[in-house]
Amino acid sequence: MTAGPARDDSRGDAAALHLEGELTLAGVSALNRRCEALDGGLQVTADMAGVTRLDTAGAWALARLEARLAAQGGSVRFDGIAPAQASLLRAVTAAMPKVEEVPAARWRLTDLLEGLGRGVAGGTGFLLALVAYLGLFLARLGRALRHPSEFRLTSLVHHCGEVGLKAVPIVSVMAFLIGVVLAFQGSAQLRQFGAEVFVVDLIAISILRELGILLTSIIVAGRTASAFTAAIGSMKMREEIDAMRTLGLDPAMVLFVPRILALLLMLPILGLVANVMGLLGGAIMSWIELGISPALFRTRLIEGTDISHVIVGMVKAPVFALIIGIVGCHAGMQVESNAESLGRMTSNAVVAAIFAVIVADALFSVFFAQIGM
Amino acid sequence: MAVPGKEAVISLRGIRNQFGSHVVHDGLDLDVYRGEILGVVGGSGTGKSVLLRSIAGLQRPAAGSVTVLGTDVRTADEDARRALEARWGVMFQDGALFSALNVRENVEVPMRAVPGLDPGIRRALADLKISMSGLPYLAGDKYPSELSGGMRKRAGLARALALDPEIVFLDEPTAGLDPIGAADFDTLIKELSRSLGLTVFLVTHDLDTLHAICDRIAVLAEKKVLVTGTMAQMLEVDHPWVHEYFHGPRARAAQDAAKPGQV
Repeated sequence: MTAGPARDDSRGDAAALHLEGELTLAGVSALNRRCEALDGGLQVTADMAGVTRLDTAGAWALARLEARLAAQGGSVRFDGIAPAQASLLRAVTAAMPKVEEVPAARWRLTDLLEGLGRGVAGGTGFLLALVAYLGLFLARLGRALRHPSEFRLTSLVHHCGEVGLKAVPIVSVMAFLIGVVLAFQGSAQLRQFGAEVFVVDLIAISILRELGILLTSIIVAGRTASAFTAAIGSMKMREEIDAMRTLGLDPAMVLFVPRILALLLMLPILGLVANVMGLLGGAIMSWIELGISPALFRTRLIEGTDISHVIVGMVKAPVFALIIGIVGCHAGMQVESNAESLGRMTSNAVVAAIFAVIVADALFSVFFAQIGM
Repeated sequence: MAVPGKEAVISLRGIRNQFGSHVVHDGLDLDVYRGEILGVVGGSGTGKSVLLRSIAGLQRPAAGSVTVLGTDVRTADEDARRALEARWGVMFQDGALFSALNVRENVEVPMRAVPGLDPGIRRALADLKISMSGLPYLAGDKYPSELSGGMRKRAGLARALALDPEIVFLDEPTAGLDPIGAADFDTLIKELSRSLGLTVFLVTHDLDTLHAICDRIAVLAEKKVLVTGTMAQMLEVDHPWVHEYFHGPRARAAQDAAKPGQV
């Protein structure tokens, strides 16, 4: 408000409010303070002749003053108000919101318990839903065996390329570097005991049994589970899945089977690539760091490492593939009709898939320890 | 095409918009006068929304001049642009509300830039704008995802009106609303433009809206503004597309609907 000298004369129960200049948003705080200084029960005469501009903010302050005085038996008369300003003031007065208080929710211990209960129930429901999706996948796979014409071979080949072939570079580099790191760290420790040559066993066992397939699965979970969720989720969002159902196509057969089957076929191969690259990285680093020649590395590898380690590692691959594929497809189907849920479910799918893979790996460790492999 | 006695708040001269080799506008001229409601119509792909985006500075025309409230949008420096942006408001087709904020906070966003504005007053003014847009008081606490399409549009309008702009741009305000909701929205736009003295630039396909509230209509065709004028003048134009548009079966129905009431 660029109002000049303003007088708020009060005599008895009559008062004058002199306004001029611009009554706009920029000066509404000052205008509101002046209005609040006027007590209830007054008969106020507001001199508006000098007001050059009135916007809704200014009109809001005046309408508020009018309402407050009226509630206490007073009134406001706007003298010399321009017709356009009067109509604005009328419109604002008519639109003044009636404040409705919402009772504030009190925090109680039962809310915490309820949240915990809901969390547990939600988690159980999620696990059951994953089992249901596994059943759905197996049922559709069985159906595809009985009715091969319903199976989408082109789609399977496409997804094999997406999931498998395109992941080879990143999986190779990752495994190679893990081999390098193991050789480097192992040699630093084993050298203290003069047992450098055991670095070969260290590298071979840790990569073949655990790291090769586990880290490959984590990378695949990051890149493929998110891709499944995003692809299926955006189809869900645009009602394409509903359209499929109305056209007599089964989304599980068309979307889930080729994707999960591709993952099932490709993950063991990727795991194998990771094993080879990990051993290669370890061998090169052992040669540079400890002087273990490739020939010695090979001899030691064949002598000291049982084939059972490779089997233990590779047995896990199909299980991890099923976990990643089912988590990704399930999350995609949970997407609602807005873009936020697509983003949320995609990141949920990655976190859930990686977590589930690590839990499964821990269970496998216990299992193999029990059966003595 | 300037009309004496009327102040042009938006004037476009020789606008050319193109995407790659696809020319959308070529040599387009248009004036919008203070206080009027201008409806822009045109077939799909004639660049109605592109035109709106060019005026609001979201899309830079390849050639031509865009003058809004005396400022050339294409050459204005940052300060001039910011001053201009406080004098117009844009309502996007689906409201374009910030999804992380509730409706009241959305309306408060433009007001946060006003120096020295008390937060309590800002909140009360946001509530006033929400109420003026025809939303119930409690809608202010809701998030955009909890609102229906019509309510999102109203909230978008409340945000566009937050700073008491002189011009509002509305992109298809009644698209996707049921007929009752659309008629209510038309009435709301008309009342607000009267009481706030707004100039309204409205892109629409809705013939009822054109009949009910537009003072003047501009038809986009053949990469330029083909004709402008009142609805009565539009009915006289004998360009085939314009004739088809304003004399088609839907146009006649809208015309009949508008007759008994006030235009």
